[in-house]
Amino acid sequence: MFKKDTIAAIATGLTDSGIGIIRISGPEAVMVGDRLFRMSSGKKVLADMPSHLLQYGFVVDGEDDDSSWKEHILDEVMAVVMRAPKSFTGEDTVEIHCHGGLLVLQKVLECTIRNGARLAEPGEFTKRAFLNGKMDLAKAEAVIDLIHSQNEFAHKSAVNQLKGLLSDQVKLLRSEILYELAFIEAALDDPEHISLEGYSEKLTKKVEEIIYRLQKLIDSADNGKLMKEGISTVIVGKPNAGKSSLLNALLGVDRAIVTDIAGTTRDVLEETIRLKGISLNIIDTAGIRNTEDVVEKIGVEKAKKFAGDADLIVYVVDASVHLDESDREIIPLIKDKKAIVLLNKTDLVQKVKEEELEALLQEQGCVETKVIRTSITEHIGLEELEETIKDMFFRGQININHEVVITNLRHKEALMEALESMKMVKRSAEDEMPEDFYSIDLMSAYAALGHIIGEEVDDDLVQEIFSKFCMGK
Amino acid sequence: MSEFRVKVDVCVVGAGHAGCEAALACARLGLETVIFTVSVDSIALMPCNPNIGGTSKGHLVRELDALGGEMGKNIDKTFIQSKMLNVSKGPAVHSLRAQADKADYTREMRKVLENQEHLTIKQAEVCDLLWENMPDNKKKITGVKIYTGTIYECKAVILCTGTYLRARCLCGEAITYTGPNGLQAATHLTDSLNALGVEMNRFKTGTPARMDRRSIDFSKMEEQFGDERIVPFSYSTDPASIQKEQVSCWLTYTNEETHDIIRANLDRSPIYAGIIEGTGPRYCPSIEDKVVKFSDKERHQVFLEPEGLHTNEMYVSGMSSSLPEDVQIRMYRTVPGLENCKIVRNAYAIEYDCINARQLDASLEFIDIKGLFSAGQFNGSSGYEEAAAQGLVAGINAAMSIFGRDPLVLDRSESYIGVLIDDLVTKENREPYRMMTSRAEYRLLLRQDNADIRLRKKGYEVGLISEEQYQALLEKERLIQAEIARLKSTNVGANKEIQAFLESHNSATLKTAASMAELICRPELTYECLKEIDKEREAFAMELCGMPTLPEDVIEQVEIEVKYEGYIIRQRKQVEQYRKMEEKKIPEDIDYDCVPSLRLEARQKLKSFRPASIGQASRISGVSPADISVLLVYLEH
Repeated sequence: MFKKDTIAAIATGLTDSGIGIIRISGPEAVMVGDRLFRMSSGKKVLADMPSHLLQYGFVVDGEDDDSSWKEHILDEVMAVVMRAPKSFTGEDTVEIHCHGGLLVLQKVLECTIRNGARLAEPGEFTKRAFLNGKMDLAKAEAVIDLIHSQNEFAHKSAVNQLKGLLSDQVKLLRSEILYELAFIEAALDDPEHISLEGYSEKLTKKVEEIIYRLQKLIDSADNGKLMKEGISTVIVGKPNAGKSSLLNALLGVDRAIVTDIAGTTRDVLEETIRLKGISLNIIDTAGIRNTEDVVEKIGVEKAKKFAGDADLIVYVVDASVHLDESDREIIPLIKDKKAIVLLNKTDLVQKVKEEELEALLQEQGCVETKVIRTSITEHIGLEELEETIKDMFFRGQININHEVVITNLRHKEALMEALESMKMVKRSAEDEMPEDFYSIDLMSAYAALGHIIGEEVDDDLVQEIFSKFCMGK
Repeated sequence: MSEFRVKVDVCVVGAGHAGCEAALACARLGLETVIFTVSVDSIALMPCNPNIGGTSKGHLVRELDALGGEMGKNIDKTFIQSKMLNVSKGPAVHSLRAQADKADYTREMRKVLENQEHLTIKQAEVCDLLWENMPDNKKKITGVKIYTGTIYECKAVILCTGTYLRARCLCGEAITYTGPNGLQAATHLTDSLNALGVEMNRFKTGTPARMDRRSIDFSKMEEQFGDERIVPFSYSTDPASIQKEQVSCWLTYTNEETHDIIRANLDRSPIYAGIIEGTGPRYCPSIEDKVVKFSDKERHQVFLEPEGLHTNEMYVSGMSSSLPEDVQIRMYRTVPGLENCKIVRNAYAIEYDCINARQLDASLEFIDIKGLFSAGQFNGSSGYEEAAAQGLVAGINAAMSIFGRDPLVLDRSESYIGVLIDDLVTKENREPYRMMTSRAEYRLLLRQDNADIRLRKKGYEVGLISEEQYQALLEKERLIQAEIARLKSTNVGANKEIQAFLESHNSATLKTAASMAELICRPELTYECLKEIDKEREAFAMELCGMPTLPEDVIEQVEIEVKYEGYIIRQRKQVEQYRKMEEKKIPEDIDYDCVPSLRLEARQKLKSFRPASIGQASRISGVSPADISVLLVYLEH
């Protein structure tokens, strides 16, 4: 719902940091700001301040008592007024740059609310920016994604969308579809000048290419989702190899029960951690061994299943115990998967040599699997593990700097719609339908893609026809 | 001057294609109507191309006929060649085009007007519009004043001034202040319109040369024949009555030599020299424009079309120009077959006053001037058919407003006429507007073959379609529905006879039983060829209409509806979406200044266009989807 009131929120992240910003936006933003901001002289100046000028001063919570205001200072701040329409939201906006600290920020925010602002809903600034025509739909949604993004990867993807990488690709696809449409339409309108002879084959090729590109974008949506929610990482290994210790080390808390008794983790544990800017959903599994214990057996089966679905497997090998049948059972799980092998407990007497482990991996077909020597309890090798994971996802598998990744469900749906329409065009061509039938679905695809960047069809087609094709008597 | 006063119901200014339809509609609905023309000899004149119809324009004529207009009947009487265009493409883009005998066309239409009850033809230039102010800041038309000073008091005026208002013709450096074909221009009315507060535009258009047939060598050209079986434009014309001998058109091409001459003389073209101020149409570019804008094209098509049976004049389609006469002659003579051509009438460009049609509502009445309607090129359109379609709608709505009845407003999902008028009254037109099939979003539903089904009922409700014609339509619909239902429920098994039939038609054999309708959907099979295995067809037709086969026009509809059902259903869904937006009405008294957060441009556009619905608002250029969101949210409050 669009309301013409004044809203306020903490515009920076909800973590302790050097500086935090309170943003107030709406018709009364300047008035609200003026009530709580004073210069060091005690003067209230915000209402008359020029736009876009940073002013040093204090946020004061209290009555308009000119003598004792200093006793009510909440924070030493910088404040700026941005008058409509030259602000992010397109409305009158006041931003107060506070000295970080969640508590201070919250107090300042409460103060703005007491002075007439309403607490903004999530994404409401962006919504206003969109409604005020400050950004197109794709940008607005990218900003909202940015706010909600959990990690650097999603952050970069959101930034890319914002910068218009998605917009660019969608625009390119649209312009290519429009050209084909215009050609068909020009020929239909002026059959005596423009012939469609042999066009169907040409179009089919083009349509196939566009289908491929759409499919690629859609596939990236699934990847994008994965990255936003975190990479599903499964820790496997024999009982007591140090899997739970690894999880705890990464988490920094004793979440999993760690004992020296093998088989302590009977089910699976799941945690989300941030590692070098990547969200990992780490699943700690029961150790894999032949067991008669019913509960443990179920855990082992589950572990195998999770390993099957995982994006990344960390296989922890206990260096103090000889490789055995259980290891031979585990290694096939990591074959054809992205996996890292940890040779753990290297601080103890080593019964497993690195060469031996690598030979076994080679033998089982895990050619490129990296082996890292660790001692989890001594915090040795963890840094290398984190670096390796980061490398695998940032450099190896997904090159985020060149690929557009769809992270928004609405975008994905629009792309799917466009894809379906293009498939219909292909079918019409295969069924040898007359050419004018192609344009129905070409137009649908064009419109669907337009929804992503918030552009309507309007007069595009007629413009294109006249600019590209020589028509008429 | 005398103060002679005449009292009538409706005054129609101009007797071109729009004026004729408007006047006929009013008179046929029983209103005393006067139609003014600067020359009675120029009634329904075709000053440019000698044909009616063509892609999408043919649709307009069909729709006009379904509503009770005259153009379709008149061209059926006077055509000399007829062709269905785009027959190799889908049924939605089949378009009828006929070459007219121009003189015959004019004469026949004049005859219709002269014999129409309640209609008077008056040769006179209308100089002034008369009006009074209304309490709500609007104005109300009370009559017109002609050049003699005589005043015609009336309840409605329909302006159909075509290209006559302050017209100026240009042929190179030679400029004359005349209307088309050297006819007298109308010089006074613009001042009166300005005084009324009407916003005027200035457009230009052009026409190619006419040549003496005897000077053309047709042996160097390709002959273009008419169709073997002629389809009439009008639903009232019996196809059997118009199968006649046709004349041919001829095709030749320009070449590099032609283009060189044009390029070398561009500075003498009034358009390129900047003498013409009006905006020209992109869809019928002058040959200068084609050569400049599409310089990579080695040749352009040129069609030679006869202007009639009793004249030697040939229309040179594809080479309109405003170059000086000497350049024209040299340019034309480079074209194969035209080496020795003699020009009867030079090509020329014409500039004229027209209005910004956004001042009209969808009934073609001025929003701020009660009783003032307008149609045709005056509204910024181009083409005989576009003019006639608007003329009919303006005429009907002038009558409806006098009767105090609801106006006839057609929407984009039911007719090309609806698309035409909606585009004119909501969009920014910077050039004369021509109908195109690509402008119609739902064209699969708006076919030239089903215009009667789409619109006859409306014509009947208005009063221009007779009870008998309407009953005939209902009967046609009944037969179509019954036959479609039968085809869907009639199944054939995968037996030997059926498989043999399918094999003989290069069609895949059946694995399980299929309905007759499913078989028609196959591209290689038709309703006609399935007769062989459709055993019940004859008996069913006999029972339905007492004949062994259904009428041809019924079969045509059945076949199209069944064959393209999947596509038609998809298009109907799109129409539902569109209707939803159209049904979201914007209150007439909305104050856009009170709508928060509209962008300035959108606010200005919405204020000046005053769209009736969200759908209409969304089609205004300069109003973004974000503005529409804002508007929707505001309206929900």
